[in-house]
Amino acid sequence: MENYAIEMLNITKRFPGIIANDNITLQLRKGEIHALLGENGAGKSTLMSVLFGLYQPEEGVIKKDGKVVKINDPNDANRLGIGMVHQHFKLVECFSVLDNIILGVEPNTAGFLQKKEAREKVVALSEKYGLQVDPDAVIEDITVGMQQRTEILKMLYRENEILIFDEPTAVLTPQEIEELMQIMKGLAKEGKSILFISHKLNEIMEVADRCTVLRKGKYIGTVEIAGTTKEELSRMMVGRDVEFVVPKDPAKPTDVVLDVQGITVASKSHKHKNAVNNVSFQVRKGEIVCIAGIDGNGQTELVYGISGLEPLKGGRIEFLGQDITKMPIRKRSTMGMSHIPEDRHKHGLVLDYTLENNIVLQRYFEPEFTNAAGFLRKDNIRKYAERLIDEYDVRSGQGPITPARAMSGGNQQKAIIAREIDKDPKLLIAVQPTRGLDVGAIEFIHKQIVKHRDAGNAVLLVSLELEEVMSLSDRILVMYEGEIVGELDPKKTTVEEMGLYMAGAKRQ
Amino acid sequence: MNKKNPLLRNNGVQTFITSIICIILGLIVGFAALWIINADGAGQAILGVIKNFFNKPTSATRLQYFGQTLVKTAPLLLCSLSVLFAYKVGLFNIGVAGQYCLGVMMAIYSGYVWKLPWWACLLLGIIAGAASGALCGLLKAYFNVNVVISGIMLNWISLYGTNLLLQAAKEKTGKDTVRLLSKAKQAVLPSLGLDKLFGDKYVTIAIPLAIIMAVLIWILLDKTKLGFELKATGNNVNAAKYCGMKENRNIILTMVIGGGLAAMGGALYYLSDYTQWNVNASSVPGMGFNGIAAAFLGGLNPLGAIFSSYFITHITDGGAYVDLSHYCAQIADLISAVIIYLCGFVLFFKTLINNRLRKAEERFTAKERDAVKAAEVKSEGGNQK
Repeated sequence: MENYAIEMLNITKRFPGIIANDNITLQLRKGEIHALLGENGAGKSTLMSVLFGLYQPEEGVIKKDGKVVKINDPNDANRLGIGMVHQHFKLVECFSVLDNIILGVEPNTAGFLQKKEAREKVVALSEKYGLQVDPDAVIEDITVGMQQRTEILKMLYRENEILIFDEPTAVLTPQEIEELMQIMKGLAKEGKSILFISHKLNEIMEVADRCTVLRKGKYIGTVEIAGTTKEELSRMMVGRDVEFVVPKDPAKPTDVVLDVQGITVASKSHKHKNAVNNVSFQVRKGEIVCIAGIDGNGQTELVYGISGLEPLKGGRIEFLGQDITKMPIRKRSTMGMSHIPEDRHKHGLVLDYTLENNIVLQRYFEPEFTNAAGFLRKDNIRKYAERLIDEYDVRSGQGPITPARAMSGGNQQKAIIAREIDKDPKLLIAVQPTRGLDVGAIEFIHKQIVKHRDAGNAVLLVSLELEEVMSLSDRILVMYEGEIVGELDPKKTTVEEMGLYMAGAKRQ
Repeated sequence: MNKKNPLLRNNGVQTFITSIICIILGLIVGFAALWIINADGAGQAILGVIKNFFNKPTSATRLQYFGQTLVKTAPLLLCSLSVLFAYKVGLFNIGVAGQYCLGVMMAIYSGYVWKLPWWACLLLGIIAGAASGALCGLLKAYFNVNVVISGIMLNWISLYGTNLLLQAAKEKTGKDTVRLLSKAKQAVLPSLGLDKLFGDKYVTIAIPLAIIMAVLIWILLDKTKLGFELKATGNNVNAAKYCGMKENRNIILTMVIGGGLAAMGGALYYLSDYTQWNVNASSVPGMGFNGIAAAFLGGLNPLGAIFSSYFITHITDGGAYVDLSHYCAQIADLISAVIIYLCGFVLFFKTLINNRLRKAEERFTAKERDAVKAAEVKSEGGNQK
């Protein structure tokens, strides 16, 4: 009889028209790091919602320390010592770290806060587990990594024994990821049981003891990490072999498509600083140029400048030989520029529009979709949307009429990619195109991007994922503090060398 | 995929049902209020409200008073169109009352002082409201000023501006503006025979015009490229900018159309000469706020607004038939206010229905699955034989 902290046995949860969890068993040993792996929509979130009492399963039981428990709401889960760090943190931005930690369980005497005791406890916890935070810092002033540590301390302060991390590395820099891995290992050593939800195979291989894999709502299996490989895990997750490195021929760059000449873009957050400072580069037909760098080094603003979302403070941009420095966004788009935006909710989608309306967002004004009198041709929109949904395997509840808001993040992203690539642009600007996607979808998107290049178009890729940069690009430009500090050849460089440029330790 | 109750899932049907529920609930609460104040006359009073012009003895007077209810429906319909148009496009136009005032102001002023014909008065009225809407839109687009704040501020500016300007069109005695029918007949809207049909001189083309506007707004929102752009901008201004829409122009245009609609309501109402403007008015006309209720009761659908506007006017009018020997004079307003208030609960009931449907469906699929399982077990058993 093994010693399990929590067991979810034969859980089945159905929604109209779909079985989100079909007979799933997940057993978390005491003191282990257990990864939960699955594609978008595999049922990971539903399973966690069941554990937190947000959904009641139709079948199956949950056991804590071998005894059957009933979890009706998140408070029950809390009482059982289950805590979670969400992908999007649940912190009060204008509160201090300490206030956020004690929020909801404030120590008090007759209604007056007793923070001294709480502070001591927090400081002791952060020392014990190596979680460096300043208890008095205000959340909005600290880094994302520190915010995450605050979330972890929140769980520890509540003396939770079972810690769930929902895709915790998605928002972190490579260094912060490394730190988090160490923290997780430390927590497990102290006897905490950790459930690590992720679809980043490298991280699972590094940190987890065991891994449970779900696919399309079904339980595929639980394996010991020591006895498995990345390839096997991805096969379990996707149901087929996945190519990690996209096969592609060497680039044959020809004419210049995009010519950026010394552009400068003002920074939104710092009044006297430029986010992009005198940057020049070219992108040619038939090549994928990748802007690499740690988040926040001006990549976002550079793309805003090229796509026209932000005005330039200086410099000049030529596109297909034409000066587009002051050209409106629509004109750039119709000239053949596509832009897969970094933030799909902010720029990429109108969330309250249906999927089909979002799919024609860049083309609704074309004669195919709007007649001469200004009326929408809804039948053509429907047909076009159905074709793209089919070609790009965009999954949703009600097909073209699904509200974009009701779709999973991965499928929202696929819809945007379908829209932007199907425009057949001369220049495709893709910012973090595979963020939040599973390996199967990443493989598909990478293939689309290479295909687009091979058709004789230019691609400007901005990515924070080093692996993506290495496997996809033909040329790498590293950005650091608003400037391009190096141009590298992916065939000749290493991740380590690129890391030095990204951290500002080296420049050409 | 299995779909039970497809009819109940239809948005239009849901709106209709929930609107009816709200109306009935409003009437019940109204009745309860009457009953608490004075149990004896409650039944009769509420019936009087519901019956409105049916209280009149002859069919001719009934028709005449029906016509008058319609005269008051037209401006309310336009106000509710203004609210729902902006709302669908993601802005909350609370400046309807002020835009309505400006419509009245320019219509009466240009009719009486400048002696312009009715169509010019109407047009100038619409332009005045549209300009006020444009101001709200400009502030929103370029300075990110909340339209609710600027709308409320402009309401008061517009009200007192109207009072000030219309001093020039005031009767020598009293505080009301002149009767256009006697002093500026060219400014009164034509009837095209509608006055004869209803036997009431105030019934004019205002009514068909308002209905035409409702249809036009429905088409604009639902069928056109412009509607697509405006809604996209309202829902996500960043995405609109990203895909190359002129987002600032769209925000301003939305408010221009909203302002124009509200002003058209005011202009049409006063150009039919049914009522005169009180230049000492110290509160903004209730029409703007009732427009919000009418928009929601009509399920935020321009065609639904035709019926909801009529209903609200009907109830408000019906308040005049409450027996004043049992109740004080304010009771009529109270009852219609209670009913209008409950009209705002349409969205609440819609959510309730949808939750119910979802639960029922979950139960249904569970049952169905059990049946399928049972069948599978049976057939497996059969195969083994």
